[in-house]
Parts: sequence; C-alpha cells; structure tokens
Amino acid sequence: MKKPNIKSIPYEEFKDNETLEALIKEINSERTNVVVGALDDLINWGRSNSMWSLTFATSCCGIEFMSLGAARYDFARFGFEVTRNSPRQADLIMVAGTITHKMAPVLKRLYDQMADPKYVVAVGGCAISGGPFKSSYHVLNGVDKIIPVDVYIPGCPPRPEAILYGMMQLQRKVKIEKFFGGKNHRAKKGEMNNDPIIVTNAPIIDNEKLSKE
Amino acid sequence: MNPIFIDIKEFPQRMQEYKDLKGMDFLRELIGMDWGEEGLGVIYILENSDTHENLEIAIKTTDREHPTLPTVCHLWSVAELYEREVYDFFGIHFTDHPDMRRLFLRNDWVGYPLRKDYDESEAINPVRMESEITEDVQREYEIKEEAELKKINAQTNRISGDQYVINIGPQHPATHGVLRFRLALEGEEIRKIDIHCGYIHRGIEKMSEKLTYPQILGLTDRLDYLSAHQNRHALCMCIEKAMGIEVTDRTQYIRTIMDELQRIDSHLLFLSCAAMDLGAITAFIYGFRDREKILDIFEEVTGGRLIQNYNTIGGVQADITPGFAKKVKEYCEYQKSKIKEYNDVFTNNIITQLRMKGVGRITLDDAISYGCTGGTGRASGWACDVRKRHPYAIYDKVEFKEIIYKRGDCYDRFKVRIDEIKESIHIIEQIIDNIPEGDYKVKTKPIIRIPEGQYTAAVEGSRGEFGVFIESHGEKSPYRIKFRPMGLPLIAAMHKILKGTKIADLIAIGATLDYVIPDIDR
Ligand code: SF4
Repeated sequence: MKKPNIKSIPYEEFKDNETLEALIKEINSERTNVVVGALDDLINWGRSNSMWSLTFATSCCGIEFMSLGAARYDFARFGFEVTRNSPRQADLIMVAGTITHKMAPVLKRLYDQMADPKYVVAVGGCAISGGPFKSSYHVLNGVDKIIPVDVYIPGCPPRPEAILYGMMQLQRKVKIEKFFGGKNHRAKKGEMNNDPIIVTNAPIIDNEKLSKE
Repeated sequence: MNPIFIDIKEFPQRMQEYKDLKGMDFLRELIGMDWGEEGLGVIYILENSDTHENLEIAIKTTDREHPTLPTVCHLWSVAELYEREVYDFFGIHFTDHPDMRRLFLRNDWVGYPLRKDYDESEAINPVRMESEITEDVQREYEIKEEAELKKINAQTNRISGDQYVINIGPQHPATHGVLRFRLALEGEEIRKIDIHCGYIHRGIEKMSEKLTYPQILGLTDRLDYLSAHQNRHALCMCIEKAMGIEVTDRTQYIRTIMDELQRIDSHLLFLSCAAMDLGAITAFIYGFRDREKILDIFEEVTGGRLIQNYNTIGGVQADITPGFAKKVKEYCEYQKSKIKEYNDVFTNNIITQLRMKGVGRITLDDAISYGCTGGTGRASGWACDVRKRHPYAIYDKVEFKEIIYKRGDCYDRFKVRIDEIKESIHIIEQIIDNIPEGDYKVKTKPIIRIPEGQYTAAVEGSRGEFGVFIESHGEKSPYRIKFRPMGLPLIAAMHKILKGTKIADLIAIGATLDYVIPDIDR
C-alpha cells in the first residue's frame, strides 16, 4: 500500500499524516499479491472519487453544506456531488449539526442501515463535542459517543473550504483500504474504529510550488 | 412590562371578553413561568391586530404537584402548540386541551426541564438509544369537586387504526431540517397530520439561565441561522431597553442595513430551497450564487459567513469597513437585475404556477388566530410587519411598502418574499449613503446586570416576528428568558392547511411556509 495522493495538494501539506502512516504500516505488515494489490488500488481509486453522502443536516452547519453544493464551491469537482436520501445508497454520513437526545437513536439507526464500507464525517463543533450547547440537558456531546467517526471538521460552522479539505482527508483514508487478502484496517467486528483523522485548519496552498510540480 | 394577574376562576371568561370585546385576536406570546415558591404560571401577551394595542395577562397556581390551568386554545388556535410546550417544560396541565402531550422531549423523559427544581443529572435522563414509541393515546385529566385531579386514561386517538399512516422525517430533505410528520391518508388525500418536533431541541432557554447576558448573545445566532442578525438585534435591544442604554445613530443605521441584508440572504435561500423542492435545480444555483455575494459582505465586516456574532450590547462588535458602502451599493444594483432572471426561470414557469397557485390556502382569520407572522401572514392579507407595527431601529425614518397579498396560497407566499427582496434593497439604498459619523458602540459596564423586572422586545425576523422576553431578578443572568419562535405558529397552522390536500402538495406548502427547525425547537 502506497501513500495516498490527492491531486493538487501535495502529500506533505496535509495535516495529521502520522495517523495515515500508522494505518498503512498496519496494512503493509501482511504481504499482498501484486495482482490483487493492483485490483485494490483500482477499486479505491474509483471509490474515493465518488463518495456519496447521506444528507444528514440538522442545523446551521447544514446550510454551509448546501453552499458547498452550489456554484461557488461546487463539490462536484471532487466527486462528492451525489447526495442520497436513503442510507442504503450512501457511502458516508455527514453529520452536520447538533445531535440531540431525541435524534441520537435515529442517527444510530441510519448509520446501522448503511452498507459497509461506510464512513462518518463529523462537521462542526456540535457534532464533534456538543459545541456551544455542550452544557445542555438535551444535546449529545459528540457523535463519536454513538458511532465511529473518521474525520472531524471543526468550526462553527466550518467554512466550505474546510469541509472540502475534510472530505479530501477522507478520500486519502479511502485510498488505503484493502479488500483482497490480508486484513483490512477497518473495524473488526464489534470494534469501534479508533483512529480518526483530526482536521485542524486547512493548509495554505503554495501556488508557486504547485505550478512547478 | 406589568402583566395583570387574573384569578383562575375568572380567567376563561375574562379571556373571552378580551378577545371578543377588545379585539385581542392575536396571541403574541404564551410564556410558561416558574416563580418558585409563588407557584407556576403563564404570561400571555395579546395584541389587537388593528390597533396594535398590547395587553399582558398572567395567571398562576401554587400547586406544584398537579398544576392545572384553563386552556385558551379555543380562542387562539396557536395556543394548542404553545400550551403543549408549557406542559413539556413546566408540567402544567391545561384542562380541556384536546391533545396534552409533550411537544419537544421524548415521552419517556423524566421531569420538566424548565422548572427551577429540575434535576439535570445524566443518571435520570441518559441518552436513550432505543427508539421512541409514538403515543397515539393521551391522558386526560378531570378536576373533581374537591379540586383534586383525577386521571382518566381516555383513549383519544390522534390517528386511528384503520387509516393509512405514512411517516415523513425526521430525516427527509423536504422537511427542511429535522421535523417529523405523521400523515393519515385516504388515497392521496391527507386526513390528519400529527407533527413531532424536538429533534433539534437544544435547550437554549434553560442553558441561558446559567449564562451571563453577553454569553447568551452567542446562542441567538444559532436559533434561526438565517436571521442571525435580527435575532441578536432583538436580544440586544431588549437588554439595552432594560438597562437604559441609548445606542448611537451610527449603530442603528448599521444594524438596519445588516438586518435587511440578512433578510435578502434568507429570502434568496428560501427561493433556492423552494425551487429545489419542486425540482428546479437552476433556480437553486442562481439563488446560492447571489447569496454568496451577501456572505462576502458579511464576512468582510463581521468575520463570519453564516453566523456573524455581530451585534453586541450597546452597539456592534466592529465598525464597518471603509469599502462597505460601495460594496453594498454594487450588490444592490446587481441584485435588482437578477430578480427578473428568477422570474424567467422559475416563477413564470408553468409547472411552478400549477403547483403553487391555489394550493395550501390560509385565510386571514386563520393566519391571525395561528399567529402566522412574516411572509406567510402577509400573503394572507395581514399587515403584521413588526417594522411597521412597532417600529424599532430606524424603520420609522425610512420609506418602504409592506408587501401584502390577498389569496394566501403558496404562490402568494412565494411572491411576497420575492417582492420583499426589492423592498429591502430599497431600504438599504435610502440609508447607505448617509450613515452618520459617531461611535459604533457605546461603553457599557464590564458586568451586565439588568434591573429587576420583565422586559420584551421584538423585531421582524426573516420569517416573522421574533420576540424576546426576559425576567430578571437583578442578577448577571436572567431568571427566565423566552424567545418567540417564528416557525412554531407556522407548523401549528399546517394541520389546518393540509387537511384535504394531496400529499404531493405537502412539499410546496412546506417549502413556502419557510420555517427553520432550530428556531422552532430552540
Ligand atoms: S457547530 Fe455551530 S454552526 Fe454548526 S450546527 Fe453547531 S452551532 Fe450550528
């Protein structure tokens, strides 16, 4: 398994590469057949460029998610534009907004209904930790209490750029999956996936450096 | 504010009189209260929709075990949901209320959170992961002669067994957030609708009782994030009124411009989403494209796109930037030219017209009785604009038309908002060039304390009247704070509008009512 590459952002510019490398190391600890390995790469290439998300926007952060879909930010450029309203057709769930006690079982159920492999992106302070409503009697303090989270995107609300960056982090994670032979880094049965990637602020892209490459 | 306390026995008759004789046909607010030792109670703010005269009534009971008060929902239809809210938060039963269930919290919730003696510990109300069972049966109560409460388990079915029930939400794109409808159908026709709220109930009012006033300001932006400025404006105004702070003219001008920009922003989003719901993607993209231009202005001045945290007690957070006026003027010019485009691609489209015209009518009387303010009320012919009724900031100095339509169907509701964009631009253009010099913020004490008493303030939010009620006991934090949700009256009226319409029309009706769920649930 190689280091995942995202077009137009160099590998070093990404934050939290350590988590990713640890995952790669774990996967590489078992040998893979060359043919099967190439097949894995092909599948991952396809999957990482067509991430379909379940629309799960409960509040303010959801509006920023909508802006992402519109003309200026246009996430279709990266293959995220298909949003599904049914969990059975979605690859990932974007938890954008506050999750309350009443919503928690619903969220869990939707997550359980999604087909594997599935991912969770927690968008905004509320989904990460309860955000401004942490001390409320009716707010869940972080969705990671009930479902495993792959990428955290902080902000209140995060800027659309930050959400895009978070999605790219997810793409990188998808690119190092292994389906054939050996073990997959994704959760063993009944085990929570404990290695989320934490997105701090998005990296500043050095345009000069890019144009040289 | 000084509400008149009325004895429980006289209450029903007096309320009837207020409505019939004094013409108090609009129930502005219904506020549940817990006065500790003095008992539990409710404050009503009534308004005469013609003269705009207000009347504040209060009622209380000292029985904390089984508090019961008479209902008013036969006089003002919106009280049905308001009273359910009070029951949910304070445990007050309203006798003769047709549907006394919890409104926001799960029905297995223990305790009444807004009571002062409520125990917030996790052990009592943990995050319950099993699904909630929907109750179709409500408990009915009856007062026996010895003024003691008797519980009779009456079987009032909301939706009876032989109807075809379909569930929409809480996660459904057409509900614009996390609202849940249970519809009883007969063929394609809707017979009954049961609305479940609370999926985004964040407990802001209870939280606020522990926060200081400047801290609470931050939460108002997140109520209805599409009227972030107006919400915060209302709270700031209320606090300023209570403390006797006079803000400068410059502040008033800036606040007004920002409020109007926010209104345009919200209406553009409304247009986009309504179009999206009806299947017109192009209009969605157009709306968002133009909305980004406002967000750019917001970002430059306030630092935030969606949630700006701009107003503060005594003024605004930061002065406007030097290029502000020029940018805003450019934007206004640009926006005016675009409205025709929306009409070309969407409004005048035959499909839009067929799906909206004559669909989902609200009559004027219903609009008032349900308290549907904002664009929805104005589409039914009710002049309910707070900017005209109770002018604040500099709305009495600018000239603008209150857009009023008559039919009250989806199409009118849609048109009202498109026209309001033009009106907002008109307001901005009048004042953008003469923002007076001066301070953008007056100095306030480092610790904000409000003198004892009850205070209210209201502004015209993007989708209706947004009100704030504060009861202060002279502390750093309020004793009770209540926000008047703009959306709750709208969904209360849905029940009436939807009866007998086709299920496909639900989408158009929901889209044009234009509610934002976090504002309903608070
Ligand atoms: S993180 Fe902030 S913007 Fe996002 S849902 Fe929570 S309060 Fe709203």
